[in-house]
Amino acid sequence: MTEIIEFWNAFRPALGSALLLAGAVLAVIGTVGVLRFPDFYTRLHAASVTDTAAATLAIVGMAFLAPSLAIVVKLAVVWLFLFLTGPTSSHALANAAHTAGLQPMIGRLGEDDGGRE
Amino acid sequence: MIGAAAIALVIAIALMLIRALSGPTLYDRVLAVNSLGTKIILLLGVIGFLTGRPDFLDISILYALINFVSTIAILKFFRYRSFQVSLTRRGRGGP
Amino acid sequence: MFETGATGRVGYFLGLITVLVALWLGLSWDYSFKPVIASLGAVSIVLSAVLAFRFDILDREGSPYARLFQLMAYWVWLMVEIFKANWVVIKACLRSTLDINPALVKVKTGCESDLARTVFANSITLTPGTVSVEVEGNKILVHALYEEEAGPGAFDEMDRRAREASDGRGKS
Repeated sequence: MTEIIEFWNAFRPALGSALLLAGAVLAVIGTVGVLRFPDFYTRLHAASVTDTAAATLAIVGMAFLAPSLAIVVKLAVVWLFLFLTGPTSSHALANAAHTAGLQPMIGRLGEDDGGRE
Repeated sequence: MIGAAAIALVIAIALMLIRALSGPTLYDRVLAVNSLGTKIILLLGVIGFLTGRPDFLDISILYALINFVSTIAILKFFRYRSFQVSLTRRGRGGP
Repeated sequence: MFETGATGRVGYFLGLITVLVALWLGLSWDYSFKPVIASLGAVSIVLSAVLAFRFDILDREGSPYARLFQLMAYWVWLMVEIFKANWVVIKACLRSTLDINPALVKVKTGCESDLARTVFANSITLTPGTVSVEVEGNKILVHALYEEEAGPGAFDEMDRRAREASDGRGKS
């Protein structure tokens, strides 16, 4: 039993760092999507990758690195706030843009449409 | 490895700043600032672990709350041009 | 449908107080209960509860703790869906030539109560690739990154699960 705990304690920081790095890389990917996509509504989808997957992976990674349970509870609270407020602000943004009359681009878009704003 | 994650987050924030500065419409800018805030929340936590002071997480909780409120406030201001309008609820009590 | 009687309000109030106390204990992580710190915590909890009462936000959506376990089970299912949908959007971000097919779709929901509708619309927004743009009555306007992902019937399972999680299996 102690061997398992020792192995876990040696393995934990590596796993945590790997998950944290994966989350950070996902944040970069979401940002690249925000820069590449052609109009506001599609950019919203790319940004939601950062809000969900990147935040979850990074926070789980930090939880593996955490020295005490108090830190894990704080991380859980951060995660909960992100997941409760993220969709609300996304919906508020989409709704405000739609109410203001911003029309989304519809239909299949290729590379040559990408430059049109 | 934690340092690499911090650097990746800083790169993501820098790229997102491009969108915030160049975004063609107001909503692109608000979206970029909101998404930038999410990344800053993560970066604050990472910095806390990097320097061995996880108390930074308290700051990131506060930042999460302020980020949400500021997004809603900006959108409300640009819709009504005032903070004084009350956001009344439609259809109280359900169908 | 809504418990507007006194017992319902008291239940929501007690739920809010319980959650606030748990949040304060979790964040401060202080179990020595020194008089100054504990009294500050008590004052902040009472102040939050009074503010919530004055804002009139203590109702079924503001305090949905009676169905906490069902909502948590739904949350677990939703996390799996979120990660599946993330994969699609990540591929769309990284593909060397831009290839997306955005569409605006109207989704009809069977959710009756405000809580179920909120949960359903927020789930749609939380899933990458779909964003709920407008909620009017029992129709939700959804913008999707790929039209194929939001075809007819694509949201039926989410709709059913959100309804069961927030309203229970018995109702419609």
